[in-house]
Amino acid sequence: MDTTFTFAMADLGVLAPEILLLTMASLILVIDVYLPERMREFTFQLSQSTLIGAALLVFATYPTQSEVVMSGMYVNDAMGAVLKLFISLIVFMSFIYARSYLRARDLYKGEFFVLGLFATLGMFVMVSAHNLLMVYLGLELLSLSLYAMVAMHRDSANATEAAMKYFVLGALASGMLLYGMSILYGLTNSLDLSEILTAMQADSEQKMVMVFALVFIVIGLAFKLGAVPFHMWIPDVYQGAPTPVTLFISSAPKLAAFAIVMRLLVDGMAPLQDSWSGMLIILSVLSMIIGNVVAIAQTNLKRMLAYSTISHVGFLLLGVLTGTQSGYAASMFYTIVYTLMSMGGFAVILLLSRAGFEAEELDDLKGLYDRNSWYAAIMAILMLSMAGVPPMLGFWAKWAVLNQIVSAGLLWLAIVAVVFSVVGAFYYLRVLKLMYFDKPEDNTPIEAPLDMRLALSANGLAILALGLLPTPLMTLCFSVMGLS
Amino acid sequence: MLDTLYELFELGKILFFILLITVPLLVSVAYLTYAERKVIGYIQVRMGPNRVGPKGLLQPIADAVKLMFKEIIIPTSSDRFLFIIAPVLAIAPALAAWAVVPFSDGVVLADINVGLIYILAMTSIGVYGIILAGWASNSKYAFLGAMRSAAQVVAYEIAMGFTLVGVLMSAGSLNLSEIVLAQQGSLLHWYWLPLFPLFIVYFISAVAETNRAPFDVAEGESEIVAGFHVEYSGMLFAVFFLAEYANMILVSALAALMFLGGWLSPFQGTFLEPLFAFIPGMVWFVLKTGFFLFLFLWFRATFPRYRYDQIMRLGWKVFIPVTLVWIILVGIAVMADIPPWFA
Amino acid sequence: MTKIIFYLFALILVFAASRVITVRNPVHAALFLVLAFFSSAAVWLLLHAEFLAIALVLVYVGAVMVLFLFVVMMLDINIARTREGFTRYLPVGSFVGVLILVEMVLVVGAWKTDESATLSTVTAPNTESLGNLLYTVYLYPFEIAAAILLVAMVAAIALTMRTKRQTKAQRPEQQVRVRREDRVRLVNMPAEPRD
Repeated sequence: MDTTFTFAMADLGVLAPEILLLTMASLILVIDVYLPERMREFTFQLSQSTLIGAALLVFATYPTQSEVVMSGMYVNDAMGAVLKLFISLIVFMSFIYARSYLRARDLYKGEFFVLGLFATLGMFVMVSAHNLLMVYLGLELLSLSLYAMVAMHRDSANATEAAMKYFVLGALASGMLLYGMSILYGLTNSLDLSEILTAMQADSEQKMVMVFALVFIVIGLAFKLGAVPFHMWIPDVYQGAPTPVTLFISSAPKLAAFAIVMRLLVDGMAPLQDSWSGMLIILSVLSMIIGNVVAIAQTNLKRMLAYSTISHVGFLLLGVLTGTQSGYAASMFYTIVYTLMSMGGFAVILLLSRAGFEAEELDDLKGLYDRNSWYAAIMAILMLSMAGVPPMLGFWAKWAVLNQIVSAGLLWLAIVAVVFSVVGAFYYLRVLKLMYFDKPEDNTPIEAPLDMRLALSANGLAILALGLLPTPLMTLCFSVMGLS
Repeated sequence: MLDTLYELFELGKILFFILLITVPLLVSVAYLTYAERKVIGYIQVRMGPNRVGPKGLLQPIADAVKLMFKEIIIPTSSDRFLFIIAPVLAIAPALAAWAVVPFSDGVVLADINVGLIYILAMTSIGVYGIILAGWASNSKYAFLGAMRSAAQVVAYEIAMGFTLVGVLMSAGSLNLSEIVLAQQGSLLHWYWLPLFPLFIVYFISAVAETNRAPFDVAEGESEIVAGFHVEYSGMLFAVFFLAEYANMILVSALAALMFLGGWLSPFQGTFLEPLFAFIPGMVWFVLKTGFFLFLFLWFRATFPRYRYDQIMRLGWKVFIPVTLVWIILVGIAVMADIPPWFA
Repeated sequence: MTKIIFYLFALILVFAASRVITVRNPVHAALFLVLAFFSSAAVWLLLHAEFLAIALVLVYVGAVMVLFLFVVMMLDINIARTREGFTRYLPVGSFVGVLILVEMVLVVGAWKTDESATLSTVTAPNTESLGNLLYTVYLYPFEIAAAILLVAMVAAIALTMRTKRQTKAQRPEQQVRVRREDRVRLVNMPAEPRD
C-alpha cells in the first residue's frame, strides 16, 4: 500500500465557507457559555455575521467550472454555490423570525443558534458532497442538529413526542440510505460518485443488483424529503416542534435534500435514470394526491402547511424525474421558490403568536385583515403563491416544472399535477377567506420587533416582485445547470 | 504433519512462557497483600502480621488456604452464571495485559505494534467483572458499588487514555519496548520530566481505575458495606482480591515503562553506569514497579476516601483539560524537535 | 491452524450475534453483544488489522458497552410486556420477511462475484497507514464526523441539563472563601431579669 498521500493546502481555500461555519459554531458555543443572560443578543449577532461571512465566502469561491477537491470528497460547482447562497439567506432569515418567539418562551438560548449553524454546516456538506461518505455525514450532521432543535422545548410533551418520531423515522431513513450505499459500494468498489458513475457505465450486466441498491437509496431520500408514502413524520413533526424550528426544518433542509437527490441520482447513478424516473413518478403522484387532499381536512395551520409541503415535494420531484438538465433546473427553481414561500408562511404564524399563545389554528387567522391589513396582504401573497396563482412566484415555479414534464412527453403527469394543484388551491384560498371575510375573534394588537417586520415584508414582497419578474432567478437556475 | 507438529510445539512454548509470567505474578500478588499489611502496620505504628511463619511470611499462604476451604454462597435470586463468571472476567484481562509488557530488552511474550492501546483495552475490560458482580448479586449495595465503579472507570479511562496519547506522541510508537528505548540517555531523558503533568495524571487515574483508596468508593465499606463483592465468599471473593492486586501491579509496571524508563538503569549516562552494569535490566524494572506499588499502599494509609462527586469533578473537569493542554504542548514540542527528549 | 482459529471465532461471532436478538434478558443481550465484538476483533486480528481490532475492543467493549450496560441495568424492563403482541404480528412480520428474503435471493442470485478479489496484505504498520489516510484523503469526512459528535454532545447537554441548580452538591470554592461573618452572627441581647 502506498503510504504517502498528498494533501494540497490549496484545497482548503475552496472549503473556506465550511471552515468558517465550523470554527465559528464552535467558538460561539464557547462564547455563549460565558455570556450572561442579558448578553444573549451577542450570540445572535455573531451567528448572523457568521452566516453573512459564509455567504460572502461562497461568493468569493464561486467556481468558474466544476472542480473536485479534497481527494474527491468535495465538489465545488455552480449549482452547489447557488444553493449554498440560498441556504445561508434562508437560515439568516429564519434566525430573525425565531428570535421574538423564542424569547417569549424562555427558549432563547445559545444552543438554538449553535445547532442551527451546525445544521447549516451539514447542509453545506450535503450540497457539495461528491462521495457517499460525505452525503451521509452531511445528512447526519443536519438531522442530528434538527432532532435536538425539535426537542429543545423540553417541557412540551408535543415537542418531545415530535422529536422522538422524527428521530426514530430519521434513523430508519438513514439506515435505508446506508444499506443502499453499502450495496452500491460492494458493487462498484468505490464511494466516490464519479467512480460509481464510471463503474455503472462500464458494467451493465449487474444492473439488476444496482437497481436493488437504488431502491434503498430512493426510499432513504424519499423519507428525508417527506414524499408519500414516506411522509408520515412530516405533519407530526411540523405540528409538535416549536414553530421557529418548524420554519427551519421546512425551508433550508429542502434545498440540501434537493442537492443530495441531484448528487446521488444524477451525479452518481445517471445510467439508471429510467429506473429511478419510474420510482420518482410514483412518489411524486402520490405526494401530490395525498398532500393536497389531506391538507383540506386540517384545522391546524401548521399541519396544513405540512401537508402542503408534501404536495410541493411531489412537484419538485417532477422536474428531477425528467432526467434532463432543464428539468433539474426547473426543480431547483421550484425548490428555491418553495423554501421562500414556506418560510414566509411559518413566519406569519410566528408573528401572530405571543407569550403563552400559539397562533397555530386556522381560526386564529380569522379577521386578520381587520387586525392588520398589511400582514393580511403578505399572507395573501404567500397563500396565492403556494396555490400557484399568477403572477406570484409560485405560479412560475409550477409553470417551469410542468413545462419540463410536458416536453419530456409525460402529458398525463402534467394533467394530474394541474388537477391536484387546483384541489390544493381550495385550502389556500380558505385561508384568504378566513382572513378577509371573517370577523376577528381576538383583537390583541400584533407586535413584533422591527427586524422581523422588515424581514417578513421583504419576504412577501420578494415573492410578488420575483413573480412579476421571474426571469433573473429562473435564468440563474438554468445557467447553473449549464443551460443558457 | 511436520507443520502441525511445529505449530503445536510453538503453542506449547507460548503456554510455557505464559506460565512463566503468571506464576511469579500470582506469587507477587500474594506477597503484595502481605506487604500491604506490613507497610500500613508500620505506618500506623503496629507490627502487622507476625504469627504465621518467620515474621509472618507465611501469612498469605494461610489466607489462601483459609479462603479455599470456605463455602461459596450463591444468593438465591442471583443470576448464577454471571455471578460465577464475574470474578473470572475481572482477573482475566489483568493477566492478559501482561502479554505485551517487556521485562527487559527483548524479554516480552508478544512484541506487538499496538501494545499501548492493547493494555488500555485490557484495563478497560476489567470493569465488566465489577459491573456484572454487582448486577448478578441482586443486592442493592452490590449494585450501587457496581454503578459507581462503572461511572468512575469510564471517566478516568479518558484521562488515562490521553496521557498514553502524550507518551505515544513523544515516543512515536505504540510498541512498549520502543517506548522504553526512546527514553534512553539518562535519568533526565525519561518521560517523567517532559510529561510531568501527564505522569501525575496517569498515576492518579491508575489509582482510580483500580478502585483503590482514596478512590475506593466502589467498595466503600462505611457507606455500601463492601460494594460490588458483598455477596461473594470463599474462592470467588479471593479471585476478586487477586484481580485487584494484579491490576495494581500492572498499572505500576506501566508507569515504570512509560515514565521511568522501564528496564533502563537510572545511572545511564553518568560515571556510575559501568559500576552498576552487572545488574540486569529486569531488576531495575521490578524496583521501579515496586516504588509505585509502595505509593499505592502509602496512599491507602494516608488519605481519607474521596467523596463521589469530587471524584467525578476531578476526573472530568480537571484531568481531562490538563491532559488535553499538555498533549497540545507535546505536539508542539515534537514538531519543534526540542532536545533532549524529542530530537 | 489459522483456519481453525478463524472458524472458531466466526462460529462464536455468529452464535453471539444471534443470541443478542433472541435472548430475553436485556443484560444478557448486551453481554452477548460484547462477546460478538470480541470475536469480531479476533477475526480482524487474523486479517492483521491489529489497530482496528484493538480499537474495537477499547472503544466498543471498554467504553460504549459499559455505559450501555449501565443504562440497561437501571431499566426495569418487564419482559412479559415486551413479548406482548408477538404472536399477533408474527404472520404479517414473517410474510414481509419471507417476501424480502425471496426478492433478495432473486436479485442477488444474478450477482457475479468478483473472483479476482484477494486478501490484500499490508506491510506498513497499520496504525501508521490509518493515521496517514485519516489526515490526508479522509481529512474532510474525519472533521465532519467530529462535528457530528460535538453536535451530539451539545444536544445531549442542552436537552438534559437544567440551569437551575437542583442538586445539593457542595461548591468547594465557596466553602473555602467562607468568612466567620457569613456563619456566625453576634447578637446583643439584654439580659433577662430573674424573677
